[in-house]
Amino acid sequence: MGVALDSSVDPPGNDKQRFTNARQAPQSAIDMEFLAAPIKSAKDKFALVPEFLKVRGLVKQHLDSFNYFVNTGIKKIVRANNRIESEIDPTIYLEFKDIYVDKASVMSMGKTDDISPNTCRLSDMTYAAPIKVDIVYIRGSHDRKEKVERKGVTIGRMPIMLQSCCCTLLGKNEAELAKLGECPLDPGGYFIIKGNEKVLLMQEQLSKNRIIIDMDKKGNFNASVTSSSERIKSKTVIQMENQRIYLILNQFAKKIPIMVVMKALGMTSDQEVVQMVGRDPRYGALLMPSLEDCAKEGIYTQEQALDYLESKLKRFNFSGSSSEKDSARVMKLLRDVFLANVMCQNDFRPKCVYVAVMLRRIMDAVLNKDAMDDKDYVGNKRIELSGQLISLLFEDLFKTMITDIKKIGDNILSKRSRSSAFDFAQQLTSDRITNGLERTLSTGNFNIKRFKMDSKGMSQVLFRLSYIGCLGHMTRVKPQFEKTRKVSGPRALQPSQWGMLCPCDTPEGEQCGLVKNLSLMAHVTTDEEEGPLMSLCKCLGIEGLEILSAEEVHSPYSFLVFFNGNILGKHKKPHHFANALRKLRRAGKIGEFVSVFVNEKQRSVYIASDGGRVCRPLVIADKGVPRVKEHHMQELKDGSPRNTYQCAMGKQAMGNIAYNQLQRMDMLYLLVYPQRPLLTTKTIELVGFDKLGAGQNATVAVMSYSGYDIEDAIVMNKASLDRGFGRCILMKKFSGTLQKYENDARDRIARPYRDGTDAGRMRALDNDGLAAPGEIIRNNDILMNKQVPQVTRGPQISPSQLNIPYGNAPVSYKGPHGESCVVDKVTLSSDKHNNLCSKFLIRHTRRPEVGDKFSSRHGQKGVCGTIVQQEDFPFSERGICPDLIMNPHGFPSRMTVGKMIELLGSKAGVSCGRFHYGSAFGEPSGHADKVEDISETLVRMGFSYDGKDLIYSGITGCPLQAYIFMGPIYYQKLKHMVLDKMHARGSGPRVSLTRQPTEGKARNGGLRVGEMERDCLIAYGASMLLYERLMLSSDPFEVHVCKECGLLGYYSHKLKTGICSSCKTGDKMYTAKMPYACKLLIQELQSMNIVPRIKPEELEKE
Amino acid sequence: MSSDSEDTTSGSESEASDSAKANSTLEFIEKLSDVPMGRLPPNIEFQRTRVECKADAPIHTDTFQYNGAYASMGVDNNLVDSFCDNFKVEVINLTEDEMEFDMIGIDPALANAFRRILIAEVPTMAIEKVLIANNTSVIQDEVLAHRLGLIPIKVDPRLFEFTENNTPNEKNTIVFKLHVRCERGGQRISVKSKELIWLPNGSEYPLESQDTKSESSSKPKTYTSFTCSQDSLPEFSDNPICPTSGDITIARLGPGQEIDLEAHAVKGIGKTHAKWSPVAPVWYRMLPEVIISQDIEDEMAEKLVATCPVKVFDIEDIGNDRIAGKKRATVARPRACTLCRECIREGKGWENSISLQRKKDHFIFKIESTGVLPPEVLFTEAVKILEDKCDRVISDLS
Repeated sequence: MGVALDSSVDPPGNDKQRFTNARQAPQSAIDMEFLAAPIKSAKDKFALVPEFLKVRGLVKQHLDSFNYFVNTGIKKIVRANNRIESEIDPTIYLEFKDIYVDKASVMSMGKTDDISPNTCRLSDMTYAAPIKVDIVYIRGSHDRKEKVERKGVTIGRMPIMLQSCCCTLLGKNEAELAKLGECPLDPGGYFIIKGNEKVLLMQEQLSKNRIIIDMDKKGNFNASVTSSSERIKSKTVIQMENQRIYLILNQFAKKIPIMVVMKALGMTSDQEVVQMVGRDPRYGALLMPSLEDCAKEGIYTQEQALDYLESKLKRFNFSGSSSEKDSARVMKLLRDVFLANVMCQNDFRPKCVYVAVMLRRIMDAVLNKDAMDDKDYVGNKRIELSGQLISLLFEDLFKTMITDIKKIGDNILSKRSRSSAFDFAQQLTSDRITNGLERTLSTGNFNIKRFKMDSKGMSQVLFRLSYIGCLGHMTRVKPQFEKTRKVSGPRALQPSQWGMLCPCDTPEGEQCGLVKNLSLMAHVTTDEEEGPLMSLCKCLGIEGLEILSAEEVHSPYSFLVFFNGNILGKHKKPHHFANALRKLRRAGKIGEFVSVFVNEKQRSVYIASDGGRVCRPLVIADKGVPRVKEHHMQELKDGSPRNTYQCAMGKQAMGNIAYNQLQRMDMLYLLVYPQRPLLTTKTIELVGFDKLGAGQNATVAVMSYSGYDIEDAIVMNKASLDRGFGRCILMKKFSGTLQKYENDARDRIARPYRDGTDAGRMRALDNDGLAAPGEIIRNNDILMNKQVPQVTRGPQISPSQLNIPYGNAPVSYKGPHGESCVVDKVTLSSDKHNNLCSKFLIRHTRRPEVGDKFSSRHGQKGVCGTIVQQEDFPFSERGICPDLIMNPHGFPSRMTVGKMIELLGSKAGVSCGRFHYGSAFGEPSGHADKVEDISETLVRMGFSYDGKDLIYSGITGCPLQAYIFMGPIYYQKLKHMVLDKMHARGSGPRVSLTRQPTEGKARNGGLRVGEMERDCLIAYGASMLLYERLMLSSDPFEVHVCKECGLLGYYSHKLKTGICSSCKTGDKMYTAKMPYACKLLIQELQSMNIVPRIKPEELEKE
Repeated sequence: MSSDSEDTTSGSESEASDSAKANSTLEFIEKLSDVPMGRLPPNIEFQRTRVECKADAPIHTDTFQYNGAYASMGVDNNLVDSFCDNFKVEVINLTEDEMEFDMIGIDPALANAFRRILIAEVPTMAIEKVLIANNTSVIQDEVLAHRLGLIPIKVDPRLFEFTENNTPNEKNTIVFKLHVRCERGGQRISVKSKELIWLPNGSEYPLESQDTKSESSSKPKTYTSFTCSQDSLPEFSDNPICPTSGDITIARLGPGQEIDLEAHAVKGIGKTHAKWSPVAPVWYRMLPEVIISQDIEDEMAEKLVATCPVKVFDIEDIGNDRIAGKKRATVARPRACTLCRECIREGKGWENSISLQRKKDHFIFKIESTGVLPPEVLFTEAVKILEDKCDRVISDLS
């Protein structure tokens, strides 16, 4: 096909190089003429995109990652921990032979049924599949033991990602999906946990197992490696401070001079170290102070070095017994923790070489600042996907399960007398794994102690406001750790993001630049098997480290070869080697996402096959000639793909969200008459936006009208609204559950009362006590006439005991006051505890009103300023009357030329009957219509080329004094509507503590006169108003104060007088008005031994 | 103004020349002939009667309604007289639903008044209340009701009264029934407006509250109280009430779905809701005039003819015996001009030779009826309404 995927492992500062590499240009001098020449290419490279997406889909990274985990990752985990062995009797064991995740299914009444995702959504279930293991174990004990083999034992249930290999939806066609209640355009890639759709966001982090050189705040050079192996995660830092080089490792209390470490690793000869770093005398000079330091400490042998390290170890309070084994501890630490990614047994030489390379890189950086690494460079980032996250989680749960089982087994085995035969398999079927996975995915709090991982908000409820928003949510990339707000580096747009991360789609505000979105062609890799690749590299002529002397490591005639951050060896013909690997990759002999890169500066070849790299497809070019030829493009021509496509806009726009939108039971915003945009882009067409539109084509006149259109407000035509423009449906879910209590009493639904005070509120109820679909419902009406038993504890109540007392606890509808809504749907389902759960979907159809928010697709949002009768609206010579009027002041400062092009294009489109394309790119290939062509069409249809028409005023009947720019623009209704926001109150609820009005619309709260408003009133001198607002309308209170002691007293109703409790008399009491909050403050102060006394001046004068 | 330069050249002469100049100016003014009274100078007359559509913007778009606007020139701008004398209506085109006619000798305010009345104030009948007994289709009740409301009903609204809080009776309400079911196992069907069935006897649904009590009475009370059947009225007896078009899609039904409802149509005006508007659009435009001020000949003429997308221009052969084949552009069909302004677009070479104009007292009026009433009847209704309004103003004033 000629499409290769080049990953971005390449370090920064080599962009140009990579560019030339990719094009196989002559390596020598840069031929400017050649570079400036236009690239002759197949015109419609765009056609590759849908083809590519057909293979890949949009959320492929999620699916790939999850599939990898289910098929490979989970097996690896189990293989690493495949044995449970009793400590008491080691012959009793359980061994896991295999593990696999079945198809998604549900267990009910001991029977396994297939389950569809939509069923899970509707009945609050988790879409999960059983995790099954094949085991071999020993049954019985002591003398009667037998070996048993069992297959397909369920150890838990794994939540399944939709459209993954375990999902029932995989490979289903449109009709089959429709039967399952699923939308064919839904991309999958999310989980359904307890009925909620959850996305595991992609996590962006610094790449593991790579040397990263940077400078800290003090100006010291650091070479850090974050090692991550299957067993351990550690961070090793080598720092150069005051010319001296140190090792920083968490397990050591202090910085360790690097030479001591080298000696401890067995490199006792200083000369060998210098040789290993490089023969350049400059390196030697830089290394000198460190060498001297080591000599000053008097450390010459490995034993001395180990002793030194031992003395610097962090002491743990509890490690009393292991003190004599400390030297062994140091060895173990050096082997397992220090540079954990470099595996070695007892020969530490690979670690020495690695340290030497790190030293060399530091010195390179010292000598030449360009050699620093950029942490924000995309190649130095890895993206952790749902598969990896779940894999971590599962590993933890699995290990915990094994230790638990072991503990239980040992407990049982240590008992002398046992009645039944024991085996480990009995313990396998527990809910530990199921619950752990479910809880973590539903809360999003990953708390894995084993890996010191404690992050919150990893999963989010899928954004289902619009189809586009939902797609956008699944390409979102979240930074792993909260970065400090002031640093601009991580937020800045990196040139290396090109083609990998979208330059536009990032939220505004504090998350700006940190949360990113994957671009549409980008792919995130999964781990690839390392073993075969490594041996392949050996076959291609790599000289292994073990046969090299220190001198030879950095010989000037060879390049070091790094494989996933580890040093594999060196190669004498790096370019030859790299090309050979590329050829193998393109031939499909090795994985397509293996990347090779020759770094001339560092004289190394980097090969990467690890997971989490962001890749994008490139067209391979030989000497500037792309391998994609015209005939390839010809082959592509047939069959238009219906692939989903990412698009940032319209996330808040109402519209169709999926084909199964009416079968869903959750909060929903729908447009009554959604339309397909008249002016599209090729990309939008691929999205399926024409199938799931989220707006309407409104005829817009760009002119000023009535003064109600300032600040981007729009004027709307009443007749258009009458005819259904911008009408939307809002669905809201209410639910009620019938619970069962300790004493076996249950909630019940009672028959509605048809007479009496509550009869009005129960209008919507059927005789079964549940609201009927189609009934009109108003605020405070009852949806479900639930009754709760008044006694829920104590002795058991038999089901026959019917006459226990019940109290009313109806589920009522809370909605906007004065609006009538309709019960759309009622579902009954049983939840996890087998309780009856009723859900009510309440539908509210709204026509646009003044204050509702609308937006075109160019970031031009505006509220509806006024609604005007049609006869007052202007009309054109053809009798066209606009649907809305937009003020021209919206244009100059925003410079939304796209909107003008959209208007022209749409106008040409409606008049000639063809959908025009408005993309900014692709004009030569016909994927976008040029403005000139659009103008020509307009003229042909009798319009002016500039889209401006003669318009008559609807009010005076005369022509307007300017030609008006008028035509259709796709307008979206956004979810922000006044009805949901409008709020005012007179008197209302108060907070019981301070007796001040509550806050917020939900609590029918008051509007606060804040400090700034207060300042205004003070400045104005409106003291009475101030008094009224802050006191009378808030929390006035009358207190009884003692003239004598100045303390607050109380009012005695018996004596009908105020009494001071400290003076014990009621003689000198007077009353004062103060805010209740003030009285509260005084009393609270008293409670902590501060006595505020009130001594009014006037009274004292008396 | 030119005296400035003289000032600088010779200061001594300036005074003398100044006085001489003033004298001559005075003389000139005195010699001027009187402003012709009773007739507007051509440039003002042009401003009064024409809108000139320049390339960048139209000018002289306003009209002066005040009859004393040109009093200083002795011209009475009174519309009424000229209206009485010159007003003319020419019907260009009249079909069942559409009408195009010219109104000549009228000012924009009046023409616009008719337009506004037609849109907002000519009453029609439209479905206002929908009683839904069953609706299992995918279309929501409110949306279905809204769709029903927008269906135009072919019935003369003059035969009905406004409801005004009255109980629905045969004089103010038309009742339709819609009962469609898509059988299970069948194909999906579309519910069209022709399936709305007129119930001349009023609603068939019994009132809920009456349900239990008046079992005994022979006729249970329904949502309407008709005293007689509507089809007994002579107007409807052989002309049953139905939607104007039977082919409007109301809903689609899948197998097993059903719609059972009753729709009550009442009289209303477009001001309240657009569904009562009797016209699809009604609009007018001023009569276009295209004037070629300088001859455009030969190649240029041909180019000009090709430029106009609506073929306003034609070529006239002005070649006489001596010069054969000389051509000149002429304006053949000015009425067709849509004001695309291609002919006055800059850079074509003739933008200064052509002037696009609109005649301010000549309106090409177009009515597209929804089919409720024929367009000519609608217009006469509009005139009557305007008349009523005028009467009301006069009676209120007196």
